[in-house]
Amino acid sequence: MTVTTGPVADSPAEGRQEYAVTIDHVSKRYVQDGPIVLEDLCLDVRPGEFVSIVGASGCGKSTLLNILAGLDKPTTGTIATSDRPTLIFQEPALMPWLTAGRNVELALYLRGGMTRAQRKARAQELLAMVNLDRSYNQRPHELSGGMRQRVAIARALAQGRSILLMDEPFAALDAITRDLLHDELTLIWEETGLTVLFVTHNVREAVRLGQRVLLMSSRPGRFIRQWDVRIDGTRRIDSPAVADLASQITDDLREEIRRHAK
Amino acid sequence: MPSSSLPTSNELDATGRDLGQPEVTQPDVTPAEIAQQGRRLSELNAGLDALETTDVMRRPITAGVVRALSPLLAIAVVVLIWQFLTWLRWQPEWILPSPQGVWNALWGQYEQGLLVESVINSIRRAAQGFVISIIVATPIGLALGLVKPLRAIFGPILVGLQQLPSVAWVPAAIIWFGLSDATIYAVVLLGAIPSITNGLLAGMDQIPPIYLRAGDVLGARGLNRITRIVLPAAWPGYLAGLEQGWAFAWRSLMAAELIAVSPALGLGIGQMLDIGRQLGDMALVIGSILVILFVGVLVERVVFNPIRTRTLRNRGLMR
Repeated sequence: MTVTTGPVADSPAEGRQEYAVTIDHVSKRYVQDGPIVLEDLCLDVRPGEFVSIVGASGCGKSTLLNILAGLDKPTTGTIATSDRPTLIFQEPALMPWLTAGRNVELALYLRGGMTRAQRKARAQELLAMVNLDRSYNQRPHELSGGMRQRVAIARALAQGRSILLMDEPFAALDAITRDLLHDELTLIWEETGLTVLFVTHNVREAVRLGQRVLLMSSRPGRFIRQWDVRIDGTRRIDSPAVADLASQITDDLREEIRRHAK
Repeated sequence: MPSSSLPTSNELDATGRDLGQPEVTQPDVTPAEIAQQGRRLSELNAGLDALETTDVMRRPITAGVVRALSPLLAIAVVVLIWQFLTWLRWQPEWILPSPQGVWNALWGQYEQGLLVESVINSIRRAAQGFVISIIVATPIGLALGLVKPLRAIFGPILVGLQQLPSVAWVPAAIIWFGLSDATIYAVVLLGAIPSITNGLLAGMDQIPPIYLRAGDVLGARGLNRITRIVLPAAWPGYLAGLEQGWAFAWRSLMAAELIAVSPALGLGIGQMLDIGRQLGDMALVIGSILVILFVGVLVERVVFNPIRTRTLRNRGLMR
């Protein structure tokens, strides 16, 4: 492919879109002549693929997701997505003035095209999908951290987008809750066929969830290696195969971190 | 489909480019398997959710009643001390009237039909002025909060206006509008608007940025962004501004009624107070002050306190 620079392409120039997400030689600086945050990133994500991105602090993972979500623009390079992606943050970011159900309905309302009754019915369905059908009337502060993040997932699903970006969504949760949410997310992905870009600090989590794992360097953020994860059957965070690959990736990650000591 | 179980991975090139790695497909699971896994997971989730949340304890109603009535105790103590002082004949009646004397003065007003009309007139003026103030102050606050340059230009003036006692406007308003309702409303508005605007601005300043980002991701734009995200997120500060705005409206009204006395304006508690002063009727003066206090406390208890409590409880800021 040729190097192209220019504005963000929201929709593919050609009618045919082979990839759900195409990142083409994207670089990002926040200040002109300032430090390079992202350097020459290229990534193709197939529709329905689950890609994990790991990297240490300062690798620009969140910047990348913000660019993909349309909250920020690349300095050079182009991105193309088959659909406007939605984004889930580390914090559930539920609106505290709304109940769990109303939070989901807000997304449906902003999406448009549904009556109030339809929105309510759909919100209940989506909450049931994350096993929270009984929490419709509960306020965010009455829910546990894991439950809140599940409402956030239901709210994101309510937007009806085919690409889901996740920015360390489980980092603030305890290990047991995180484990269940991994299962939950895998099931939702299998059920919906969503394209998922999952950013994390946690190498095992990346391997547990992703079909492909990308390792990013820090300052500037570049993709330095990628692995195609081939583990058959049900994966668990403590599966030996997951642990094996994770330790390989961790070695590379440590090497990358060590580089910054000099 | 991932073809074999070994090796567990295939290291690819140093970019995210698709170099023809094996076809990526959804894992080979049937809907029935998904459903079964889903059932098992929902059991697990239900168990963990039950462990991580506790039922909210509902306070018994009697506790609420006790709390609502407890301020009456303070009033009882004050009245008792007051009664005691008048029994001692510490000061003559025209300086410190007895509780009974004040009661009689108010009762006299009531029997002439003046008390109820005065109170209703004053509350109506304050409420109308307050509603107009909300309608004027809210767009101003939103504009200043959303457009930073406007804030830089007009913010300091607004803060200054809030410091200025609105009584200071009474002479000017009388010259502009004469002894008319317009004078009274002008003073009420000038008292309440800066408070409401500043409250809304403070509320907007305190919105955690994550809610605005979430709103952007959800596609809240234009008017939806304001009504669905910004205003509800700023509501606690806005509500505090409304409370203060009401207090300023009420006290500005009293000042205006006290100074702008004219038969054309009709009755009001402020006028009642002024009549008391002119007649040297200390019992009526004290009685009027008590009525002003009573209305202020009543509105806070009946209107603002329930809204504030509900807001804080809904957001988990108060138990």
